[in-house]
Parts: sequence; structure tokens; C-alpha cells
Amino acid sequence: MTTASLRLALVGAPNTGKTSLFNSLTGSRQKVANYPGVTVERKSGSFVTPEGRSVTVLDLPGTYSLRGRSPDEEITRDIVLGRFDGEAVPDLMLCVADATNLRLTLRLVLELKRVGRPMMLVLNMIDIAKRRGVTIDLDRMSQELGLPIVTSVAVRKGGVSELLKRTDEFLAKPHEAAASEWTTPTIADLKAAQREADRIIAAVVTLPTKPDTLTNRIDSVVLHPVWGLVILAVILFVMFQAVFTWAQPAMELLSDGFAALGQLIHDVMPEGWGLLQSFLQNGLISGVGSVIVFLPQIIIIFLFILLLEDFGYMARAAFLMDRIMGGAGLHGRAFIPLLSSFACAIPGIMATRVIDNRRDRLTTILIAPLMTCSARIPVYTLIISAFVPATTLWGFVNLQGLVMFGLYAAGITSALTVSAIAKFFLWRDHAPAPFMLELPDYKMPRLKSIAIGVFTRAKMFLYRAGTTILSMMVLIWFLASFPQAPAGAEGPAINYSFAAMIGHALEPLLRPIGFNWQIAVALIPGMAAREVAVAALGTVYSIEGGKEAADQIGQVLAQKWTLATALSLLVWYIFAPQCASTLAVIRRETGGAKWMVVTFLYMLALAYVASFLTFNLAQALGLH
Amino acid sequence: MTGDPDTSQDNLQDIRLGHADRGFVGKIIRLDALVTGSSLSPQELEQRLVEMGFVEGARVEILHEGTIRRDPIAVRVDNITIALRRSEAMAVIVE
Repeated sequence: MTTASLRLALVGAPNTGKTSLFNSLTGSRQKVANYPGVTVERKSGSFVTPEGRSVTVLDLPGTYSLRGRSPDEEITRDIVLGRFDGEAVPDLMLCVADATNLRLTLRLVLELKRVGRPMMLVLNMIDIAKRRGVTIDLDRMSQELGLPIVTSVAVRKGGVSELLKRTDEFLAKPHEAAASEWTTPTIADLKAAQREADRIIAAVVTLPTKPDTLTNRIDSVVLHPVWGLVILAVILFVMFQAVFTWAQPAMELLSDGFAALGQLIHDVMPEGWGLLQSFLQNGLISGVGSVIVFLPQIIIIFLFILLLEDFGYMARAAFLMDRIMGGAGLHGRAFIPLLSSFACAIPGIMATRVIDNRRDRLTTILIAPLMTCSARIPVYTLIISAFVPATTLWGFVNLQGLVMFGLYAAGITSALTVSAIAKFFLWRDHAPAPFMLELPDYKMPRLKSIAIGVFTRAKMFLYRAGTTILSMMVLIWFLASFPQAPAGAEGPAINYSFAAMIGHALEPLLRPIGFNWQIAVALIPGMAAREVAVAALGTVYSIEGGKEAADQIGQVLAQKWTLATALSLLVWYIFAPQCASTLAVIRRETGGAKWMVVTFLYMLALAYVASFLTFNLAQALGLH
Repeated sequence: MTGDPDTSQDNLQDIRLGHADRGFVGKIIRLDALVTGSSLSPQELEQRLVEMGFVEGARVEILHEGTIRRDPIAVRVDNITIALRRSEAMAVIVE
């Protein structure tokens, strides 16, 4: 038993600190993938026990029972029952409970016991329970439940040492799984189990005379009908300020770094290697560099989302927004996925898994790509800084910032409108889905856990930049460089390339909305990721105008485009389905191409019509 | 459906949690999910409420209310807090 890797699975209700326990057991030795055939995230990791046993850990989706109401909960049920194809039955289940809040978990423990597999109960956050004056008779509880019990403090260094020790002890002796007695519980079963759990709690847990009032005091402000909304608005404001201002120095550093690297390559390459030099400098370094520059923003937005989640605020935000979002046909739980979509629609769409009603989930998925994701920021920033003067209005409002705000507002407004329309036309006959959510006690965020979360996201982003985006940049460089201009040809070399041919072919379609062929060329690789369009424009114009132009894309654009064209492109980017990865995720999450096609077509139609109106209106107003 | 069930009650002191105001403190007598404004079937609604700890005898207190039409509500059920809409809370009979 000591040779093969042992399989451990973490099971537990939401908000029990299961994920931070997982993080503290495995550290950065984690792998995030999907379960085969479904879109539920499979989080696994590994560690070595003090006695040298190597253990793999599976962090199963949180659940209140094994009934399997959502795809996530079905995964947990099937793995626990050993019914899941391609996933071995865990050797040992660790049922994680929040020591300060045992009611719901103990009922789950009683249900899990019926499955008959080796199991251990982990009372997590025991430090908070002790501080609050909760005392638990562990021996008695272990007797009552017939299970070994360990305590842990997932957030503290060494807080899982007892768990590791007991795991070793547990694994040292053989354990036979009993036959499963589990059947889908009826209401009567659930009630009986809850009564039994309450009886055990009454017998072994002594609650403090004074209950925790801190959460209550915070909530009386944070969930206040008026102040609650004010606080939510302030939090969102600070978050977006942070994304735009705190990230700035780091972004400039990265941007300068890549420029210097490109210049270095340019300088050290021997004469006559023009093509390879152009590939490295214009295709590779400036292309990938222009995307990696956004890493600071991605880190900051995920830092905020994970902090708020860990603190316990996200559930409160859903509570505050439920009725307001309900007006647009959205569920309160859609707030978190939509908020994440401001960073990137992909995690946002994946986060819609918390919505268990299919219609609510589909509506949220449909509109998530309309939220202004961070990949649009480079496009917006480039065009705004080139065309909108940095004047100050009314003494304190920056005009460029105002336009940026307008673009965000347009995205949100159109998302809510689309949702309301979808509700009216697609699911008119359906009553709204229920909203039932535990509001966990506030907790100090676990910094290590958050660091691991941010690190995982940053890694995913860099991986994307290193693969999809890199290959698209190579492709666009190739299209823009070949075939090469014939000797003695007049005009810029790019005019003879494939890119020009494609751009010219698309131009008649895009002329009514004010786009020239260079924009048409940039839109094609922009399908890989929106931000690539900036790099592609840079490539197209820099190859055309030499390296000075690449340094000053903005200035070049200001000379070559009319204001009407610039505005039209901005509006296009609010709506256009310019992201192949998002479409791929929609297809995966909805289990078919239908909703992907619906999303693509409705966004394309919106983009074309809106850009057409903008361009023609701007021309009529004489904005050149 | 606005979630206003038949108010014929077997006991005059029994009320539905969905009708109660902020600050209400009481005890759950039983669940009755037959007539609510919820889109869930009575059986499913009852199961979910039980899973969230709404069982007979539990102490409930309405801690907070939403901004629009005082909905949803945050309910303390023994020692946990659950947010739910008033239409679902109609299934909880309290005294």
C-alpha cells in the first residue's frame, strides 16, 4: 500500500474552507482540468505525508447533499459512489466541516456514511471556533458518528500537521469499504438526518453564551437597503480604478522591456538577416509583448474577485443585486459570473455553473461576452488616446476617462437589454428560478490561498498568450510579409501580401461601417483574442511604415483614420463576437453548437448595426 | 405569480415566513410548499429548504431585507444565515 499513490478526496458543503484546505495540503502542486465529457472543473493535486506516502488529492465540488441537483453536484455524487467512468474510487474521503457551523455538514456526513467508504471528518477553522468560545467534545463526537475526527486550521502554517499524521495512521492499516446503503434521500430521510445531526450537535457542542455579532454588525451596514448598494458601488469603483491606475506602472515597465528587447534583437542581428529580424522583432516580440502587457490588470482584477469571495462578500453582492438583476431577467447569482466577465468572459462563463437553473444560466452565458473584458482595454486605450483629447471637463472629469466609462456603460446597458429581450421572447412562460444562498460569516481572507488562485489564473493567461496568441501573431506576420514585394516595386511591401488581399476582399463588406482594409486585416487575427487586433494593426502599419511607425501606432492611426472610423471601431468592439476562445467555451458549457451560433450571430448583428449607425451619424455631424 | 398563498391557517398565530417583517423572531412549525410563488415543485422546494436547515423546531430570525420590495430576505436559521426570496419563504410556517 505504500508504493502506489493513494487517492484522497475532499468532500464538503460550500463555505467550509475546503479549497483553502486543498491549497494548504498541495501548495502549488495543483492541476486544473475538466472532467471528461462535462465542463466541471477537476482540481487535483499531490503531496507527500510525513511518513513518505505519496498522496493525490481531488477537490470535489461543494455540495449540501448527494442528490446531484447540478452538474457539479452530480460529479461529487458519482465519484463518491464510484460510478464515475475514468475516475477511480477514492481510498479515503476527507469530509470537510466548518467547525463554527456544523449543522449542514453533519447531515451530509450522515449521508456520506451510508456510502460505506473509509472516511475521516476534518473540523476546519477550529481556531475561529475556539476564539468564539465554541467547545466540541471530539471523542464523544467521534463515538457518535463512528468516524475518526481531526481538527485543522487550513490557513495557518502547520495547521494541517495533525491531519497529515492521522492520514498516515489511517492508511497504515487496511480499510475495507462496506457495501453502500445509499439511496437518494427523501424529504423524510433529510429531515431525519437533520434531526440526528442536531441531536449530536446538542450532545457534543457547547455554544458560547454570546454569539458572534461581528458578522451581524457588518451585515447591518453592508446589507442595508441603501448603504449596502452605496458600498457595493464604491467597491466596484475602487476595483476599476485599481485596474486602470495601479496596473499602469507595471504595464509601462513591461511595454518598455519588450520594446528594448526588440531593439536589442534588431541591433545584434547581422545585416542580411532582414526577414528573420523582422519576424523576431515585429512578429514575435512586439506581438506577444503587446498581450503580456495586460498581465498586471488580469492579476489585479482576479485579486479583487478572489479577495471579495474569500471575505464572504460575493454572496452579499448576490443578495443585494438579486431584485435589481431580476428586473432584467437575471438571477442574483449571475452577478458573480458577470463581474468576472469584466476580467475575461471565459472564467465568467465557466462561473455560471453556480446557477443551477438552465434558463438563467443560458441568459447569463449569452450576455457575459458583452461585459467589457480586459482584452478590449488595449483596443479602447489605443483608439481613445489617439483620437480623444485629454481635456478636462467641469474641472475634474477627464474626457478620455469619460469615453472609457461610456464604453463600459454601453456594454452593461446592452447586456441588460439583451437579457430582458431574451427573457421576454425565449422564456416568457417560465416563472423565475429560486434564489437560496448561504451567507457565510465574514472571514479574514487567506492570503496564501489567494496567492495560489491569482497565480493559477496568471499562468492560464500566460499559457494562452504563449500558444494561441503567439501562433496567431506568427500567422499575421506571415500574411503581412508574404508574398514579398517584387524588386523595384513601388509603395509599401505589405500592399503585395496575402493580408492585403484578404483585407481588400473584406473591405466592401466593411466600408459601410467605415473600416479600411488595414482594419479588416487586423480583425481576422483579432478573432483569436481581441487584444491581438492592436498588435496586428501595429504589424500592418509598422511593416508598411518602418519601425518608427510601430513605436507610435496611435499617431499613425490619428493620421490615417477619420474620427468617424475610430468611433465606429470602438462601437464595433463593444459588441463584436471577436473572440474564438469565448465562443469555444460557450459551445462547451452549453453542450452544443446551437448557443454558440446564436451568440455569434446576435453579437455580429448588433456590432454591424451599431457601427453602421455610429459611422454614418459621425459623418453626418462632420467628424473627420 | 406574486407568491401570495391562501391564508387560511390552522392556527391564528402561525404565519408564513414570507410575510414576516425584518426583526421577526420565531420557530418553524412545519413546511408547506404546496402554495407558494416559487417556480420549484413543492417537493423540490421542500427538499431544498430542509437542506438549508429549515426544519421543524429551528429558530428563525429575519435579519435583513433587500432594497426593492423588501426582497430577498436574510434569515438566521439557528446559527447559519440563509438568503432567500420571499416567494420561497412562503413555504415556511412559523410561529
